[in-house]
Amino acid sequence: MAGIAITDPAAAAETRRAGLGRRLWRQPSGRAGLIILGIMVLAGLASLAGLAPAAPDAQNPAATLRGPSAAHLLGTDQFGRDMLSRVMAGTVLSLQTALLAVLICAVLGTLGGVAAGYFGGAVSWSVTSVADLIFAVPSLLLALVIVSGLGSGWQNTAIAVGISYTPIFIRVVRGPVLAIRQADYVKAARVLGFSRRRILARHVLPGVGGILAVQVTLALGWAILVEASLDYLGLGPPPPAATLGLMVSDGTNIAGIAWWTLAFPAIAVVLLVLGFTLAGDGLRDALDPARADR
Amino acid sequence: MTDAGPLLAIRGLSVGLRRSSGVTPLVRDVSLDIAPGERVGLVGESGSGKSLTLLAVMGLLASPQLVVTGGSVRLAGTELVGAGDRVLRALRGSQVAMVYQDPMTSLDPVQRVGAQIAEGLRAHGTSRRAARERTLAVLAEVQLPDPPALARKYPHELSGGMRQRVMIAAALAGNPRLLLADEPTTALDVTIQRQILALVARLQQARNLAVLWVTHDLGVAAQFVQRLAVMYGGRVVEHGPTATVFSAPQHPYTAALLAAVPSTAGDRTALGQIPGSPPDPAALPPGCSFAPRCRQARPGCAEREPELEQRPGDVAAACFVPPAEWRS
Amino acid sequence: MTAPAPATGAPAAATGPVLAADALVKVYPPGSAGGQPMTAVAGVSLRLAERSCLGVVGESGCGKSTLARLLVGLEPPTSGTVLLQGRPLGAHRRAERARLLQLVSQDPFSSLNPRLTAGAAISEVLLVHRRVAGRQQAAARVTELLDMVSLRPDFARRLPHELSGGQAQRVAIARALAAEPQTLVLDEPTSALDVSVRAGIVNLLDRLRAELALSYLFISHDMAVIRQLSDQIGVMYAGRFVERGPWDAVMSAPLHPYTRALLAAVPAPQPDGSLLAGAEPAPAEPVAGEPGEAAAGAAGAAAAAVSSRAAASPATGCPYAPRCPLRIGQCVTADPPLVVVSGQHEAACYRAGEQDST
Repeated sequence: MAGIAITDPAAAAETRRAGLGRRLWRQPSGRAGLIILGIMVLAGLASLAGLAPAAPDAQNPAATLRGPSAAHLLGTDQFGRDMLSRVMAGTVLSLQTALLAVLICAVLGTLGGVAAGYFGGAVSWSVTSVADLIFAVPSLLLALVIVSGLGSGWQNTAIAVGISYTPIFIRVVRGPVLAIRQADYVKAARVLGFSRRRILARHVLPGVGGILAVQVTLALGWAILVEASLDYLGLGPPPPAATLGLMVSDGTNIAGIAWWTLAFPAIAVVLLVLGFTLAGDGLRDALDPARADR
Repeated sequence: MTDAGPLLAIRGLSVGLRRSSGVTPLVRDVSLDIAPGERVGLVGESGSGKSLTLLAVMGLLASPQLVVTGGSVRLAGTELVGAGDRVLRALRGSQVAMVYQDPMTSLDPVQRVGAQIAEGLRAHGTSRRAARERTLAVLAEVQLPDPPALARKYPHELSGGMRQRVMIAAALAGNPRLLLADEPTTALDVTIQRQILALVARLQQARNLAVLWVTHDLGVAAQFVQRLAVMYGGRVVEHGPTATVFSAPQHPYTAALLAAVPSTAGDRTALGQIPGSPPDPAALPPGCSFAPRCRQARPGCAEREPELEQRPGDVAAACFVPPAEWRS
Repeated sequence: MTAPAPATGAPAAATGPVLAADALVKVYPPGSAGGQPMTAVAGVSLRLAERSCLGVVGESGCGKSTLARLLVGLEPPTSGTVLLQGRPLGAHRRAERARLLQLVSQDPFSSLNPRLTAGAAISEVLLVHRRVAGRQQAAARVTELLDMVSLRPDFARRLPHELSGGQAQRVAIARALAAEPQTLVLDEPTSALDVSVRAGIVNLLDRLRAELALSYLFISHDMAVIRQLSDQIGVMYAGRFVERGPWDAVMSAPLHPYTRALLAAVPAPQPDGSLLAGAEPAPAEPVAGEPGEAAAGAAGAAAAAVSSRAAASPATGCPYAPRCPLRIGQCVTADPPLVVVSGQHEAACYRAGEQDST
């Protein structure tokens, strides 16, 4: 039995497994997204490590509303706080809120989507009904209601954002699960006597992994935007906190005399959203089997 | 156009798949003649290049990556390779027609079958009234009951065998001289396949139609064609009258294939087994493509590729080892 | 090879059939498009004797694949029971059932998880069913199983798309064997394969049955492949057996006109010139009915002229009657039961054994 068709399948499998990151890098949008996110994450890490020029809430009445300069690269705000340090801290807060929010919706959405897709019947009906109900309410409004119920705080923002995005995950997961459930290899797994849990975990879920990864990346961008909007509306952590939304909100009032107080936090939000969106697009292309063949 | 010459003359036809890394040869140097009124078979396994050969003849290579890389196809004296769309369109239907394996994909699902047949005729300038009469006539000719009622049906309302008859009717409507068939009975049950084969045989005789029938089924080839070419790895490896090829195969692949086919009669003995799988066109073995699987392979077989050469009895084979020297 | 069955009666009498079905019926409700409920399996009883091979042959829509799914428990029957080792299928625990009965299906590429290597797929079965003590032993056993299906050990590292059709089917067979079942239901295991590869799988299945003392229920549309492996052959039409008996009797002296039509339609791989000469007479009826039509649904069979379609599965009488050259009055009023005609040879035909006049 000579394996004529394939020269070295083991090596081929090797490159394929290691190759997702490389394929993402090779996508123009994926690469741009990764670069942007890399910069933002580094800035956030630097802030966490105490490498920012100043503490984000260290006021300096002697140097309020200074424009960008060597001393304050991004200028200062009306309390003389260093904008660069504040944007860096805000990036951390945005990222941690978005990560928690997406963790919530990815877990809830995947559970719901798998249940709806695999079990069908009444389970499917109730899960999709709840999802449709949530989906019918505009997500910002929903988040607003949840936050006003729970009170402010970044964790509560994350919960609100996570719940409002859950229906999207349910839909995205349910479709492929429906298809995979019908696949011969899932039937084979049933005849092979595997438990339902094993079939779901080992044969059904891996099939939605790629779609899930793309959706998680895109959801991160979306979560940052919604989170910033909530902060902007004053529904996030209260004022001393350095959230990008609050900074934009404050900046709007004084943009006429100090444009940098609005521009730099806004740019940070845009970069974060753009970074995740581009990376998500790139990931989708990199995972697309039709394009995977270099 | 001379009456004595072949209706279809394929000479050195090669088809390749263009990739960034180069051109993968899928059909290599295929030559085949079909005389008017002759039934010829093109037999091979999946990936042997048989269907691509047919599509290349029809000028219907499906994707821009598939290209005819060499050779010539002459239909009644007209060169088809490199011919413009207008030339090909004029020939399709009137000189040459094609039937496919799956009528569901070649018939338009949202158009009544009668309209589809008539449309092909109208494209060649037949009047509406004449096209309708001709449509009903061909539906009757393929022995479909009640042609007027049938012409008003949609493809999904018909059974597989009836759809295949409709496709044959559509192909024959323009009175072509050559019918190209790409495994049209493969998806059918054997009893229906038998009916369709018998039908085409009758029509072929009545119209003195030339037929090029592509199949992977040696049984169908044995029963249906007068002459056949066996393809392997994109090449014709053996070619000759059906009876001769089946009774005394000259190529070890043909012989092995025949031994591998179970029969419904005779002794129940172990089937002849061919090790390995058909080759990947992107990674053809050196020398003779069949050599790695061949029981008759000699050291030289992996070094160069044997040419298709004439043997006694109007047979040609591409093998260095004549049957007399075969190991059993 | 292919030694005739170890007289099917003897071991069966001692141990009972490994797999049996009693009056199995499967009716599918009408689809969302409406229409009639579809009877895929219409009362099938069978007994598969230990170490024997029952070949089930029939055309598309005859219910043979539904029968396979009912037998392995992928679908519940509408009525009737499946007995595995004498106990109802549902009375076995899931894992226990899997260790007795396995399925090999038509398309190995879709029945293998595209993300699992051959080795991972096989060792999963070994570990779940505790056929080995641990991962180390699993790897060794995977090599053994691959060797059993004539694949080199390094195939364990390949993903399905790195295999040819024949190799993938071998992996699927090895995976089924990993559970060490006694019985295999083989649903068209060779139909998706190339001619040159099919022979290898047929020979492999034949060898494995002898070596591992397996029992097969082998389903195929291909008379010649069925003949190659079976001790008993059952011919299905419209959801039931119309003929069943020892392989040589069914092949050489078929009793049912449908079996004869099926055999006559198989193109022999030796030229006999019948079609070449165009000598086959035109059928008396323009288009005979097709067996698959019951499944296709009678949606479009409005016109009286196409009545043969609707008549393909008549409400009363023998389902084959509309196509049958031997049809008599009784055939359209009463459905002939499957009865023993001679020895172990059964047929469901009032005119069993009579030759066609046409």
